[in-house]
Amino acid sequence: MSAAAPLPEGAAQAALRSERFRIEREADWRRLETILAEMEKGRLRRISDADLMALPALYRTAASSLAVAREISLEEAMLDYLEGLVQRAWFQVYGPRSGAVAWFRNFLRTGWPGAVRAMWLDLCIALAMMVVGAVSGWLLVARNSDWYHALVPQQFAETRVPGASRDVLAQSLGTADGAGGLTAFAGILFTNNARVAILAFALGFVFGLPSAMLLIHNMAVLGAMLWLFSEAGLGFEFAAWLSVHGTTELLAILLAGAAGIHIGRSMAFPGSRSVLESARESGRRAAVVMVGVVLMMMAAALLEAFARQLLGTGGRLALGTIMLAAWIGYFGWAGRARGATPR
Amino acid sequence: MTAPASPFGPSHDDRRARQIVTPEGVALPFRVASRTARIAALLLDYAIILAASLASTFLAAILAANVLGIGQGPTGNWAGEFLFAGWLVLLFAVWNGYFIVFEMGPRGATPGKRANGLRVAAHDGGRLSPEAVIARNLLRQVEIFLPLVLLAGASSGQGGAAGLAAFVWFACIAAIPLLNRDALRAGDFVAGTWVVEAPRTRLPDSLTGPPASTVHSPGFGFTAAQLEVYGEKELVTLERVLRSGDARTLEAVRRAIARKLEMGAEAAGKDDRAFLEAYYTQLRARLEGGMRLGRRKRDKHG
Repeated sequence: MSAAAPLPEGAAQAALRSERFRIEREADWRRLETILAEMEKGRLRRISDADLMALPALYRTAASSLAVAREISLEEAMLDYLEGLVQRAWFQVYGPRSGAVAWFRNFLRTGWPGAVRAMWLDLCIALAMMVVGAVSGWLLVARNSDWYHALVPQQFAETRVPGASRDVLAQSLGTADGAGGLTAFAGILFTNNARVAILAFALGFVFGLPSAMLLIHNMAVLGAMLWLFSEAGLGFEFAAWLSVHGTTELLAILLAGAAGIHIGRSMAFPGSRSVLESARESGRRAAVVMVGVVLMMMAAALLEAFARQLLGTGGRLALGTIMLAAWIGYFGWAGRARGATPR
Repeated sequence: MTAPASPFGPSHDDRRARQIVTPEGVALPFRVASRTARIAALLLDYAIILAASLASTFLAAILAANVLGIGQGPTGNWAGEFLFAGWLVLLFAVWNGYFIVFEMGPRGATPGKRANGLRVAAHDGGRLSPEAVIARNLLRQVEIFLPLVLLAGASSGQGGAAGLAAFVWFACIAAIPLLNRDALRAGDFVAGTWVVEAPRTRLPDSLTGPPASTVHSPGFGFTAAQLEVYGEKELVTLERVLRSGDARTLEAVRRAIARKLEMGAEAAGKDDRAFLEAYYTQLRARLEGGMRLGRRKRDKHG
């Protein structure tokens, strides 16, 4: 690059060969350093096009300078400087490829559904856990209604306890007058549910067992409440009440639990890879799913707060079924045609 | 490929030294972040998050009270609700998204990490993918929040024996960074990342160019025998001394070298810096010449 340019001043008088080497190449290093400083501050616009195009070449020049300098020079400060320069350039050149927006678009189109499809086995396991949980919740409370109080926390139950009359239960399923207070309700629901989902995922690190336990426990609560309402003959209404947001929210919890189990299973049974490698691969896939889970929780919170309180039983059931079909269609088929494999 | 056996950079007994080979075949030395630096960065980050949460709460309260007219009829109530919901979502985003957004940026570090000179990198030397950043940060729930909640429960006696056992178990998870060499926490395992010291670069002026000292001294010449005395390790030490520029150290070193070379009478009364710079230049020329021929002298003992 600087072969045709005249040697900088002082090169000829340099006492040492390594000194001459440094003087000749210092301009390129300084140029690389300025570009890197701007990139690190995120000010990409300040860098000229010529500089940006030159970055990979400058990086390789610096890397080769470092290799040569190690062989011919004993100046510690220059070697430290070159090492730091090459490290910083390496971080930028081999940094993340696309920006956040492009990544998100790719995520919605192929990344998320692909990742979900890749963990089909864990989805089945999580689904089994959830069914087991719901059934055991139902059976426990059917045998002995005292279990209801043990399973369902007080703030959930409110008036919905064994022994409440049919009218009280029916009222708790009713619609709200107007939409007052619902936005705040939605906000609270979202943050709480998203936190539970993230916990279900994070617990997967301990070989997936706590995730499974969390799933079972949550579904047991559901099973208990289902028993309560069906005893009063309101089972159908309760299912409709739940399904508006429940299809989305339960699906999200299923995905979160499956993501946790996915990590746990890959750490417990790494196959031919090392545990670390296995955890790494499954962790990244699970993280993709978790981003989607948070989005689903947002949707579920909105549905729960607004749609549920404003629609009647028929409307709730219809909306719930539509949402379920939409999600299944999305996860089952989106991104397939492009033939993209999940990373 | 070119893994150096030099006296520079992390030495063999630096337990935090690691190496990554770039695709160009150059071995880059890295230093794994120390645990204290990481804890300091974490505390600073949470302080920032807390300050931001309090500030936004305060702001929301002021807005609610003055601007939006909360409590003054239905419109006010609507606005108040949206504000409340928006505030909740904002808090959630800040507490969970702060780390993710910063670590995906060009510096690969949150402000807390940057203040401590650290950054996140991929463990295998490849690209740091966004998924990895998300994965390593979502696990903080298990490593930090859950143990804290359980600690509160256990110390107040509410959870009973089960609560205490759960706390102990989660404390073990939180203690994982203390149990492995690379100071990886649970999130790092799952994401395939590690935290390293960020490179700092500053190229000081050359020591062998025109002399920095303004005092004119006659040039010093040293015989081959006098230059044979020291090796690369002493050269590096001499360079550090010269760059530090401390007058008393310069004098002490000059005296030691002059004594060893048996030049006491000639060197006394002359400028310390000029003497040391001259010796440095000639010693370096000699050692580099030997290096090119494959003859390396590590230190004065051979």
